[in-house]
Amino acid sequence: MDREKSNKNTRRDFIKKLGIVGAGTATVATVYFDKNDLKAQKNGKKIKVLTTDKKVVEVDASDIVPVNTEVETDKMQHRGRVGLVGKKFAMVIDLAKCKNARKCMHSCQAVHQLKPEQHHINVLEMEDEVNGATYFMPKPCMHCDEPQCVSVCPVGATFKRQDGLVLIDNEMCIGCRFCIAACPYSARSFNWTDPKDAEKYKDVPYDIELNVPQKLGTVTKCAFSADRLREDKLPYCVSACPNGVFYFGDSNEDFVTNGTTKKTVRLSKLLKNNSAYTLLAELGTKPNVFYLPPNRENK
Amino acid sequence: MNNESTNSLSHAEIENDLIKNIHWSTKSKIWISTLLVAFAVCLYFYVTQLIHGLGVTGLHDYASWGIYISNFVFFVAVSLVGMLISSILGLANVTWIKPISRIAEIIAVSFALVAGLVIITDMGRPDRLLNIFIHGRVQSPIVWDIAVVSTYVFVSLLLLYVPLIPDFALIGKKLTGLPKFQLKIYKVLSLGWADKPEQFIIIKKLIKILLVIIIPVAIAIHTVTSWLFALTLRPGWDSSIFGPYFVSGAFVAGAAALVIALYFYRKHYGLEKYITDEHFNLMGKVLVLVSLVYIYFNLNEVLVPGFKPGTAAGAHIQELLVGHEATLYWIVQIFGLAIPFFLLLIPMFRKPIPITIISLAIFVGAWFKRFLIVVPSQLEPYLPIQNVPEKFYQYSPTTAEIAITVGSFVLVLIIMTLISKVIPLIPIWEMKEESK
Repeated sequence: MDREKSNKNTRRDFIKKLGIVGAGTATVATVYFDKNDLKAQKNGKKIKVLTTDKKVVEVDASDIVPVNTEVETDKMQHRGRVGLVGKKFAMVIDLAKCKNARKCMHSCQAVHQLKPEQHHINVLEMEDEVNGATYFMPKPCMHCDEPQCVSVCPVGATFKRQDGLVLIDNEMCIGCRFCIAACPYSARSFNWTDPKDAEKYKDVPYDIELNVPQKLGTVTKCAFSADRLREDKLPYCVSACPNGVFYFGDSNEDFVTNGTTKKTVRLSKLLKNNSAYTLLAELGTKPNVFYLPPNRENK
Repeated sequence: MNNESTNSLSHAEIENDLIKNIHWSTKSKIWISTLLVAFAVCLYFYVTQLIHGLGVTGLHDYASWGIYISNFVFFVAVSLVGMLISSILGLANVTWIKPISRIAEIIAVSFALVAGLVIITDMGRPDRLLNIFIHGRVQSPIVWDIAVVSTYVFVSLLLLYVPLIPDFALIGKKLTGLPKFQLKIYKVLSLGWADKPEQFIIIKKLIKILLVIIIPVAIAIHTVTSWLFALTLRPGWDSSIFGPYFVSGAFVAGAAALVIALYFYRKHYGLEKYITDEHFNLMGKVLVLVSLVYIYFNLNEVLVPGFKPGTAAGAHIQELLVGHEATLYWIVQIFGLAIPFFLLLIPMFRKPIPITIISLAIFVGAWFKRFLIVVPSQLEPYLPIQNVPEKFYQYSPTTAEIAITVGSFVLVLIIMTLISKVIPLIPIWEMKEESK
């Protein structure tokens, strides 16, 4: 008991320290001063602004300059590659609860500017080979620990982060589609034609974690809503589900939260008690998405 | 053998016969103009693809590699013939290949060069081509492929060039009526060749070294190309024999291409004294041999997974043999491989015209075989294809896609025609040696 407590404390300390470091980095990274503007005469007018670590600060109005899109993209590219230190994200999908509401698909497609045929998450109707019963299976990217897509990419456009996420950089992708060929879960989609609302978003800086705006001739995929995770929120699909299908969390903490009920449970216990499995485990890709079977007695 | 026919020829006759193709007749001007117009049309379709993206093709998320990739595999396959003829047979001291080895090298260079362009047509972002060199990951099979294919093009070019050095010197002396700049190029390329015995010793040594070097490179290009598929987890691709399976298939496609090229070059340039009926007969025997090896690999590729129908790989074989793809599969295997194999066992069918027709069937069959390797596996993923438009369950290439693919063949013909207008198609100095 004592031991557990002290463990918890150190973990909390660790997280706290991480928070401080993270906030520091974020602040430094957010505020870009233009040298010329610094030299310019301050006019004394103060403006209140909210920093990324959620503090209200006052700055001189003349110090506020619009960040150019290139700098913005660079910053997002960098933090998008690094990921969230110390985390290891996991998703649990309770197949017994899925009623094919498809809210996950729709919210995902809306946020990621996808066309109706492009799926980062796709709800498949599956048939149980033994008893012939059908069930619905939401299928996002598995965010494998042995990602085939990452192994084959010739330029490192798709990559595995330390927090377990497999993302794609649409600024770098050459469109060879080797990752699509290599993915056994058919989790990836390609922008064959001009992306949805391409004209509308053409000046928006590219956000690697949100994976928008979509770009013609590049691959797009589920990012476990990396942008939301950065804000400590659940992924879009998880929050959108009305039926309590999805659990999401950090497997290092061993807790996952249900997107509908917001109930937090122990990941290991949830998996063990419900005979969880991963898709195509025999391929050795080591997914971070776990499924709870559709026909269990203790629904 | 050809030796008898060339033995009786004087050096002057040989020289005159073998440099007369370096000349633009009205007929060949019409031919090249037709090719250029056809190429321009195909290029138009590529421009539309550049503007609108790969959406102009029939590709989609579940068949994301289509005829561009099949065509790339095919081109790499055909280019292997240079190594088969010049190296494997040449190093074994097979002398009858001497008059046809340069043509085999011309095929190797043309197809390998165009293969490099074909792969670019498949890129979603050709504007980011340089990313491969700037950010290339050595762990990726695509990077290996680019490395070995460019090495192969380079060594093949050398293997085409080095035996040409004495011939360049000769052309410079004999064809003084050519434009000045062309003569100058020949002079530069002949590197001061003066028919000295010690020069012959050096050049023969150099050719031998190149012939040895090209063997592993050639095997590598097609093995690595097969790995683009075999290194994935897809049923139908995930196979440990894909390397040798591809290489053996490449010899079949390449040998067929060589027979076709021999027929047309010989007919057009009147090379009957050098490329004799016996050459076609012997090439027929080579085709029988390589087809036999390829049939053996086909049997392995089908029988082993097919014996286990419950597995994903077994289901894929079933789909190929009796399912959706069966019609095309059996047409290709019967008319593109089995029937040609049996016909070529009969001497009558190894005469120039019949063997050329048979080779055309093999050539076309080999192209569709690559299609059958690349496409069906993608349409049978582990997880079902759902919530997508109807057309995602199938793959049918569009006009633009077909035109761009045809364009790659037109480009090969343009290159092969242009080459035949500037160099002797048969090594003159080697023919002169034969007749000594």
